[in-house]
Amino acid sequence: MEGFPLLSLITFLPLIGAIALLFVRPSASRQLALFVSTLVFGLSVYLLLGFDKGDADFQFVENFKWLPSLNISYHLGVDGISIFFVVLSALLVPLCILASWNSIYMQVKEYMIAFLALETFMIGSFVALDAMLFYVFFEGVLIPMFLIIGIWGGKRRVYSAFKFFLYTLLGSVLMLIALLYMYGKAGTTDIPSLIATPFPREVQIWLWLAFFASFAVKMPMWPVHTWLPDAHVEAPTAGSVILAGILLKMGGYGFLRFSLPMFPEASEYFAPLVFALSIIAIIYTSLVALVQTDMKKLIAYSSVAHMGFVTMGIFTFNIEGISGALFQMISHGFISGALFLCVGVVYDRLHTRDLDRYGGLAKNMPVYATLFMIFMLGSVGLPGTSGFVGEFLSLLGAFKANTWVAFLAAIGVVLGAAYMLRLYRIVVFGEQKHADAAAMKDANKLEIFIFLPLLILVFWLGVSPAYVMERVEPTLQKLTTQVTAGQNLIPQRPSLAGVEGDIKER
Amino acid sequence: MFLDYAAVFAPFVAFLIAGLFGRIIGYRGCQLITCFGVILAAIASMRLFLDLSLGEFEPRTLPVLQWIKIGNFDVSWALRLDSLSIVMMNVITIVSSCVHVYSVGYMSEDPSKGRFMAYLSLFTFAMLMLVTADNLLQLFFGWEGVGLASYLLIGFWFEKNSANAAAVKAFIVNRVGDFGLSLGIIACFILFGSIQFDAIFSQAPAKATAVFNFLGYDVHALTLVCLLLFVGAVGKSAQLGLHTWLPDAMEGPTPVSALIHAATMVTAGVFLVARFSPVFEYAPDALMVVTVVGALTAIVAATIGMTQFDIKRVIAYSTMSQLGYMFFALGVSAYSAAMFHLVTHAFFKALLFLGAGSVIHAMHHEQDMRKMGGIWNKIPVTYVLMWIGSLALAGVPFFAGYYSKDLIIESAFADHTWFGNFAFWIGIVAALLTAFYSWRLIIMTFHGAPRWQHAHDDHHHAHTHHANDDHHHDHGHHEPHESPPVMLLPLVVLAIGALFSGAWLYNAFAGTPHHAPAGQHEISTTEHHGDVASASKDAHHKEMTRDRFFGNSLHILPENDTVAAAHNVPKWVKVLPIIMGAAGIFLAYVFFMWLPQLPALCVRIFAPIHNFFFRKWYFDELYDVLFVKTSFWLGKFFWQKGDQATIDGLGPDGISARTKDAAGVLSRFQSGFVYQYAFVMIIGVIVLISWIYWRQA
Repeated sequence: MEGFPLLSLITFLPLIGAIALLFVRPSASRQLALFVSTLVFGLSVYLLLGFDKGDADFQFVENFKWLPSLNISYHLGVDGISIFFVVLSALLVPLCILASWNSIYMQVKEYMIAFLALETFMIGSFVALDAMLFYVFFEGVLIPMFLIIGIWGGKRRVYSAFKFFLYTLLGSVLMLIALLYMYGKAGTTDIPSLIATPFPREVQIWLWLAFFASFAVKMPMWPVHTWLPDAHVEAPTAGSVILAGILLKMGGYGFLRFSLPMFPEASEYFAPLVFALSIIAIIYTSLVALVQTDMKKLIAYSSVAHMGFVTMGIFTFNIEGISGALFQMISHGFISGALFLCVGVVYDRLHTRDLDRYGGLAKNMPVYATLFMIFMLGSVGLPGTSGFVGEFLSLLGAFKANTWVAFLAAIGVVLGAAYMLRLYRIVVFGEQKHADAAAMKDANKLEIFIFLPLLILVFWLGVSPAYVMERVEPTLQKLTTQVTAGQNLIPQRPSLAGVEGDIKER
Repeated sequence: MFLDYAAVFAPFVAFLIAGLFGRIIGYRGCQLITCFGVILAAIASMRLFLDLSLGEFEPRTLPVLQWIKIGNFDVSWALRLDSLSIVMMNVITIVSSCVHVYSVGYMSEDPSKGRFMAYLSLFTFAMLMLVTADNLLQLFFGWEGVGLASYLLIGFWFEKNSANAAAVKAFIVNRVGDFGLSLGIIACFILFGSIQFDAIFSQAPAKATAVFNFLGYDVHALTLVCLLLFVGAVGKSAQLGLHTWLPDAMEGPTPVSALIHAATMVTAGVFLVARFSPVFEYAPDALMVVTVVGALTAIVAATIGMTQFDIKRVIAYSTMSQLGYMFFALGVSAYSAAMFHLVTHAFFKALLFLGAGSVIHAMHHEQDMRKMGGIWNKIPVTYVLMWIGSLALAGVPFFAGYYSKDLIIESAFADHTWFGNFAFWIGIVAALLTAFYSWRLIIMTFHGAPRWQHAHDDHHHAHTHHANDDHHHDHGHHEPHESPPVMLLPLVVLAIGALFSGAWLYNAFAGTPHHAPAGQHEISTTEHHGDVASASKDAHHKEMTRDRFFGNSLHILPENDTVAAAHNVPKWVKVLPIIMGAAGIFLAYVFFMWLPQLPALCVRIFAPIHNFFFRKWYFDELYDVLFVKTSFWLGKFFWQKGDQATIDGLGPDGISARTKDAAGVLSRFQSGFVYQYAFVMIIGVIVLISWIYWRQA
């Protein structure tokens, strides 16, 4: 298969599918979209099987001149950081199409086109190895997402889309300027070349800030997170799944791909800032989640808190913290996706997201209650579920970097249980207060089928995360060496003072 | 080999079958498969115990699966079989078997009994994983797993609001403890470079003087690690400070209270500290904290237990108090004494709880002792069994609790530190209170004039509204009735443990080479039973001692060996607890049998103190204001003032408002048509790229 452009195929097949959709009957659009996205998922699994777990470098590389005069190339490849995001995107899209099967009945064809285009942009931004190419994909994602929220969204979709737009615009403009500057200095936008280009410390600081503006909005980090709850609330279920599952991961991916390797000194310089914002995100948004009455808003705020663990882990610069952050992103990708699907199941039946309109669902929807329980526990980070592994490793990394950070972040673990159990108690337990909620039917076969792969992932990666860990470790080892070497520092600030030396004889 | 794995995984398989295919195999299938799974585990565990007590056991670790490996962090799922874990496995599987069988009868009327049995098996599995862990992370898995099972079972009747509240409270208070435990695990990894028990324990002596920078302070590293782990133990074992969830947990069905909130889960903290004895031994300050917290818990819980009227809550506070005993035993390095009390307590407390369940069953779901009375001759078997449990609890000679509790009190005395002395005197006073509230319970429940006949009619009305309650009983007759054999049989098994386990196990838990004869005269009683008591078979060929029984699984510095020193304490120290117990029983008779007007008088005279005890020292009220209300207030504040007023007000909403003010023209762009925004953006990107291209060319 040497030379076969597998990555290009995976990236652009959805777009080809979207174009093909233009020429089919609207009634057949669901089937075609499902077929294409399933095919893409199959190819992504093939990609994963062919991925060499011992190799820290980029694999399946494709490199052609795109704009030769500008030295901008069409450069694709995957490494341990990006491979699982590709697979996750390819997994979630067909599930989203299935989840929209019956709940979307207006302009179905356009909806499917938007989703397939979205898939191309998402996968493209994870496999692009040229900063310009990355930028096009990265920003391109917004267009179909705008459409999905704006056309198939809820009542206040205009406000939400506007907010989304304003925030991301602010960030991406700054990132573009920084990219142009780097291009001027290095003469290329090739990511591996940029990583190899050392920038002076003062320059790094400005560039880091510009990239940070973009990635922090995408994460989203406190205080630029307020677009997320609104966007989630207005988006259709499948839109929320993609938003929480993939789009939020692009910020973290950006930190790992750009900020850390390209600006190691600035990253070191700003680590305390990131820690502070992460801690605020974890505690502040957990408390906010505790008082929400809208199911989607609650889960949206919980996502902000979970992403706080991610940013914290990334900026510990040690292998445990970074791998924890990466794992947390992957795990949050399908757990939060599943939680939004859980909301979607009852929303489709009752058309409200108000917690108090539900109650006692365990009685009439036992299968649903069980599924919801499992994903809720994954979100809470119960050991044995995938949510635990990432959360624990990020905490471990943070403890190495700074005990205060770990101490405060661990409070978030307690609060995380508080808001999720509150949600579950109000919706699923308790008395059946409303006749319409009590009359809802249990999850049907299609819904169970959609949850099944996510369910398997929660337990598989919770009990035996080795499959992921083995594949990300070489790349992350390389990254941490790069970063710490760039910082010209002793790898870790020793938090363990004088273990061997005796200070007090007891 | 297969049996070793089955000892842990049989309940899990049973849980999966009952949980996934419960509807297919039906109630009877669920009950059979879960009972079979846990009894199989019990047989496998007893086999290990047999090997151990015959001295033919090699400690071993069975590999299962790799878990997390990244960088230097490397943990696997594994089963560590050594004396400590085998003792725990036997306690867990034997009590769990009794509770499984009992539940078949107790829950027979509940429509969700299949689910109930599945949860019980899930709990058993998680608890077994906890005790067989060979590293801290698997222990944490079991730790949270039992917490989950506890949450599910407390909230089993999910339509009851109070049950849900109690379930959530239990989970979250335990999470506070887990906060400490998880930081402790991480601190262990950073200090020792591993979270495998063997690696930690072998390095502990070398790190005895290490200093660790935590939150900006240089602290003694081992003390820090031990205290962080202890925070977890405080949460799980309901020690003072994080105990508020345990009484509320009585909302769950009674078999749950017996298994989880008396015999097994709440002792996980004791197990954790005992398991970490090789580290605690080098952290004297941590041991001091453990002793003081344990002693305070023992007395505070006893004072509350004296005043409560709910039969299950009295027993719950008694559990908390007995756990306090175990902890101060740990604190004075009497680890084997704590484990001894853990074992005997598991038997007699599970017996008391299941007995209380039998009473509640008989009283048609009444739990208030003020509405009982005069039923001893209506349910004689239960009555006798409750007596046995109470005698064991009060430490009356030759019952199980006598051996273990006296050993704890004597060890505290032999410690000769200020906190050892403190714990000793508290232990003495608490022994009086224990006996007092135990017989208060017996007399109020079984004796005196029946107070249930008229009260019961009201209750009957209330009951019909509870569609999903403890059991739907045939309310045609209101007479209390004895429970069926399927419920009484497990009680008898537990009663045997409450009667004889102290004498059987004395040498293994307390015997030292010179003083083994201290328990010698009781050995004759072991002939009655051969089930767990294989220790006696060993007696003829070699004397069983604590050191021989526990091997390396407990570590005690020679100068800290209070259990050995306990054999040499003065006579009065050995006798005093017995006198206090007898005095407590006597006082209870005075108060509740012979002078029934006395309690009311005392309540009037000591009203403030009584109120303070009755209100549980106001812990719940305090925590509600400090944490619960504050969190919700902060959440609202951050949401409305932070997110909405400040961030959005200054950010997007503010900017949009200013923009609208400044330029009416621009407002046309804010048309709300997302297509336009998207379109403008694409145009922008294209223009920009073209511009760069054009400039370069």
